[in-house]
Amino acid sequence: MLFDYAYPLKVGKNDIILTMMQSLRNAVTAPSLLSGFVLFNPQGPVAEAQMHIFFTALILMLVIAVPVFVIAAVFAYEYRKSNTRARYMPTWDHNTFGEFVWWTVPTVVIAILAVVSWHSTRDLDPYKPIHAEAAPVRIQVVALDWKWLFIYPDEGIATVNYLRVPTKTPLAFEITADAPMNSFWIPQLGGQIYAMAGMMTKLHLLAETVGKYQGLSGNFSGAGFSEMKFVADAVPPESYRSWTAEVKNASSTLDMSTYARLRVPTIAHASTTYSAVDPDLFTTIMHSFMTARQKPEYHQNHAGTH
Amino acid sequence: MFGRLTLDALPHDPIVIAATVFMVCVGAATLCFVTYFRAWGYIWHEWLTSVDHKKIAIMYGITAFVMLVRGLVDASMVRAQQAIAVGNSAGYLPPDHFDQLFTAHGVIMIFFVAMPLMFAIINAMLPLQLGTRDVAFPVLNSISLWLFIAGAVLMNISLTIGEFAAAGWLAYPPLSGLAYSPGVGIDYYIWVIQISGVGSLLSAVNFVATIIKERAPGMTLMNMPIFVWTVFASMTLIIISFPVLTATLAMLSLDRFLGMHFFTSDFGGNPMMYINLIWTWGHPEVYILILPAFGIFSEVVSNFSQKRLFGYRSMVYATIAIMFLSFIVWAHHFFTMGAGANVNAFFGIMTMVIAIPAGVKIFNWLFTMYRGRIDFRTPMLWFMGFVFTFTLGGMSGILLSLPAVDFQINNSLFLVAHFHNTIIGGVVFGYFAGISYWFPKIFGFKLDERLGTYAFWCWITGFFTAFMPLYALGIMGATRRMSHYSDPSWQPFFIVAGIGLVIILVGVFIQFVQIAWSIYKRHELRTPTGDAWYGRSLEWMTASPPPVYNFAIIPHVHGHDPLWARKQYPHPSIPLYTNIELPRNSSVGIVLAACSLALGFTLVWHMWILAALSVMGIIGAVIARSFVTHTEYILSAHEVARIEARSNAL
Repeated sequence: MLFDYAYPLKVGKNDIILTMMQSLRNAVTAPSLLSGFVLFNPQGPVAEAQMHIFFTALILMLVIAVPVFVIAAVFAYEYRKSNTRARYMPTWDHNTFGEFVWWTVPTVVIAILAVVSWHSTRDLDPYKPIHAEAAPVRIQVVALDWKWLFIYPDEGIATVNYLRVPTKTPLAFEITADAPMNSFWIPQLGGQIYAMAGMMTKLHLLAETVGKYQGLSGNFSGAGFSEMKFVADAVPPESYRSWTAEVKNASSTLDMSTYARLRVPTIAHASTTYSAVDPDLFTTIMHSFMTARQKPEYHQNHAGTH
Repeated sequence: MFGRLTLDALPHDPIVIAATVFMVCVGAATLCFVTYFRAWGYIWHEWLTSVDHKKIAIMYGITAFVMLVRGLVDASMVRAQQAIAVGNSAGYLPPDHFDQLFTAHGVIMIFFVAMPLMFAIINAMLPLQLGTRDVAFPVLNSISLWLFIAGAVLMNISLTIGEFAAAGWLAYPPLSGLAYSPGVGIDYYIWVIQISGVGSLLSAVNFVATIIKERAPGMTLMNMPIFVWTVFASMTLIIISFPVLTATLAMLSLDRFLGMHFFTSDFGGNPMMYINLIWTWGHPEVYILILPAFGIFSEVVSNFSQKRLFGYRSMVYATIAIMFLSFIVWAHHFFTMGAGANVNAFFGIMTMVIAIPAGVKIFNWLFTMYRGRIDFRTPMLWFMGFVFTFTLGGMSGILLSLPAVDFQINNSLFLVAHFHNTIIGGVVFGYFAGISYWFPKIFGFKLDERLGTYAFWCWITGFFTAFMPLYALGIMGATRRMSHYSDPSWQPFFIVAGIGLVIILVGVFIQFVQIAWSIYKRHELRTPTGDAWYGRSLEWMTASPPPVYNFAIIPHVHGHDPLWARKQYPHPSIPLYTNIELPRNSSVGIVLAACSLALGFTLVWHMWILAALSVMGIIGAVIARSFVTHTEYILSAHEVARIEARSNAL
């Protein structure tokens, strides 16, 4: 298991949460109904561990919530005004044992949750590299107004609004922005991280199975935000390699002048590939914020982008 | 002279033009109405310049309900857009207008509905519960009210002249910086909040001073009603956190006005600092709103169960614990910003710890009901709705507090569902409970019970219909603030959410009808004594509505529930009235607010000369006020006796 501490409700081989989710999937006759709930349909170890903690916490909280609901309903019914047979003790306002119980029980539950939280947070730290047999693939992500630029520094290629990754291979994302803050997010592979101008954040993911997954920006960034989407296309490693070779043979390249045109705000930019990319592009973008980085073209082109 | 204000700033969009025409018509009709009935003198002397906390409370309440309508219109437009803008349909709103709507919805609902409703209830009840004649600084109270109203007016001006912010309700830079938001929207946002924020801060100082200094003789801190304790905690939070908000927005305005680089992306500015600072205010803010609601529920449960509040000490400690904890959880709003695992884990665990005192409070309320005689009037219905709704909201809150889980649901509609779950289920239900409970205290007649029940059921079914689909959509990977989406399988959920909002709107409509109907039937609904609900605390000891001096004779307190105790052991005595010193009306509040409004508007439009004149107006008004020496008048004992003879006090 990749993330051990994310699975506290696992005894030997009996994983309570996964069994529950499987029986839930089996119970529903049309699986398509459930597959839309992408967070409960993880396709990589990070997203799976995160889902696991979600349900672990939910089950632990029911220890408090169910008694609250039951007590509220029973007391409301039993001690209604019209029920004159019920005992009435207008001055009873303290019970040491009772108060001890409901200070203690929530404290114990929260203490257990805190241990889960502490370990799972460190275990699932997005900055922590994932170890697998395959060597990791490095991808630099730049959030632009309003599209995603992906640079594959080791392959020397780049794409816009389209991400192709090999399965069962650790993915090491380095993320920045040349735009307002966005959030880089592929829900079925794992959680999001902010993309911020002038600095770099990191995210490590792994796609277990082949498929096309939705990728999006989680943080509002202006008028074109809703269309800031991309496809995360997880393919077998061999077909990933043949794709990179194919892209390298294409004609369009991404140099600084092409980039200057690319960063002009556009909405719902078509997915594009570039056969060659300036190797310093990512650092250049990041460092450009060390000095003045006004956006004069922004105002001129803003109206034309709708 | 007119800065960047030109005729272009007037509305072009048909929806905005219609809204403008509507606002102007309502305003003109009101002015004509007042003039026709020659009521200007009455309104000026009895209301606009009044420093009576009860009248100030009513004015806060009226403004809150007017702004509630605007906030709901914004919500309806957002819901309508999201119900249709799928696939090839772009919906009926361009992204920029849509972005202004959700921004305005958030700002209005927090700053101009929740906050003034809270101040309305506190103003109305705090002095009465403390057994005192007014707040510590009555004129300051009037200034607070009018600064708040100036903010609300500026908010509504932004609808018509220019634009409002389109960067979300907390206006994160760099999006809210000059580079990405060059228009006047963010400037409106800044000055709307700055002006009303000063009002909130002054109110908090006033209420804390009132609680510390103005309690009735014998009312030790541990004898105060729980509502007073929660107000004390909440106002302390305001005093500590609102200056942070003011400073943060001041720095943002320096970035925008003087080209500084506090929060820009370039030249060493740091937008992450803004996000930290704004949440240093923003997280306590939600507890500022919820704590008084907790206090209201404590009063309501005890009263309608006809039983002492269970675990008073626990309640006080839990309130104080929440107050402290609310300051060390702010980073849970941005686990996804890239802080280390240890930092995230600390803030996540601290967030969970708040669930302990909150849980204790819920159990104490439930055990107040135990062996009580529960009368399910509207306030109690709101409480029952709260228990179920808020517990659910607390559960989704714990899920969000786990950083590993938060990475998947932060910024999603799951988050939107969560905070509406706690704010509607906790704050709104709490304030509605307070309003239906204390309305007869302030007005002398009850609100119609049947209509109140209908409104409650609309709200609770509407809430679940509107927000459960949003939890589901969050799990489906839908983010907040989308003006358009491509997945058609999301649409049914958005439509159901829209239906839920319609049910809530019916509930709000019933509430307005309830108020109108109750005023019409006020003679039948009148409470024969001041004591509408067989009350337990001091506010029910005086007449309803209370006379201007609240208590002819300041009561002595010997424990919890002083009125209840007096009912158990009545000791009739002959009242000995004395002269009562009362504050005179003052127009300084409304003048200061008018100058502040002018200052805000001129700063938004870069009219520097007029802005300087407005500042001079503010300073001049304060100086002029300092020369007023006759700030009080004496109500003679004879007059007090005459008023008391006609009153319905116990």
